[in-house]
Amino acid sequence: MASDTSLTADALKIDAERATNEICQALRSLLRTQLKRRGLVVAISGGIDSSVTAALAVRAVGAERVFGLLMPERHSAPETLPLSRCLAESLSIEYAVEDITAALEGVRFYERYDSAVRLAVPEYGEGWRSKLVLAPATGGAGYALYSLVAQSPSGRSVTAQLRLRAYLEIVATTNFKQRTRKMIEYYHADRLHFAVAGTPNRLEYDQGFFVKGGDGLADVKPIAHLYKTQVYQLAEHLGVPERIRRQPPSTDTYSLGQGQDEFYFGVAHRELDLCLYGLNRGASAEAVARATGLTPDQVRHVFRDVRRKRVATRPLHLHSLLVSAVPEIE
Amino acid sequence: MPERKRLVRSFIVESLLFGDGDRLEDDTRFLEEGIVDSTGVLELVLFLEETFGIRVEDTEVIPENLDSLNRIERFLEDKTARVGSAAVSS
Repeated sequence: MASDTSLTADALKIDAERATNEICQALRSLLRTQLKRRGLVVAISGGIDSSVTAALAVRAVGAERVFGLLMPERHSAPETLPLSRCLAESLSIEYAVEDITAALEGVRFYERYDSAVRLAVPEYGEGWRSKLVLAPATGGAGYALYSLVAQSPSGRSVTAQLRLRAYLEIVATTNFKQRTRKMIEYYHADRLHFAVAGTPNRLEYDQGFFVKGGDGLADVKPIAHLYKTQVYQLAEHLGVPERIRRQPPSTDTYSLGQGQDEFYFGVAHRELDLCLYGLNRGASAEAVARATGLTPDQVRHVFRDVRRKRVATRPLHLHSLLVSAVPEIE
Repeated sequence: MPERKRLVRSFIVESLLFGDGDRLEDDTRFLEEGIVDSTGVLELVLFLEETFGIRVEDTEVIPENLDSLNRIERFLEDKTARVGSAAVSS
């Protein structure tokens, strides 16, 4: 068990150069020995995680062996593409812009999504925007229930707690985006004989904040062991452009701007990093409370929700399950 | 076992436990035992509404009302009593 007195807001500071070298060495080894691929494809969203992943890839194998993919669509935030280009050009990597709007129209995503939203907000229509938000983990309600926030063209806001069918339909339709992007990543990876680098950080990986077969699918995940606070440290060390480092984390999934804390955690990432770090090391709720500024009860609620989400999202981490072993392969 | 509780138990065992209900007692806590997660509670709410003709308000979707067979039974008793009172007074 970690010493409670050692848990401070500085607990997540890392030696950025050492961490970079370790990650790069591991990437080269995995590419050579297990993946047997010549480089890395990285989907670049303009956010901190994909920026650091791409920068690490370049550091590991060289810019000529990294291919960037920028994949905006109709609901993307206007700053997404400029930030993504900024990152790709700062790394001097080859990249392609693949707008996935037409692909999403092909599977009737926009039509299906709007119909799903109307299950909760019947007046939702042309010109409306929306996002999912989660009740805060610190609130102690016990269930992680999502609400849909919809905004009319005139700016009127409507919030509706989602019932089963609406929730499942909205999530299912939204998952089209991540899965479509992954399809394009693997197209480029296959034609270049590269591997696909996933970009989840530790919180996202731990808590199942990804789509199975979407952004959860990758050949290697270079920053899945790093807390988001540490990702920011590497970003500074690797020279990720400041305008990217200053952006607040967002999902860039919904038409209404949505912070990642609204969607999945209900707690700001700095606090959640420390809660997760403390939980992983057996720290008391009181110690984590002192380090975060939350109350011990709020920390206990976060601990409880983290544990429950781990259980609930466990299936997302599973490879295909066999009903009978094939020992020659396993 | 009262009919209402039996129906709820049957739903939980068949829909959420794939028939494996040996360890489900009247006071078994669903969240603690991993029987119901946040999606499962929405399935439970839909079942209660469709089976018993009630509307479970957003504020009523809380563990105090739904986290065990006993709690659900008490919630349904209170709910139907309140609906009955409202019908009489109107």
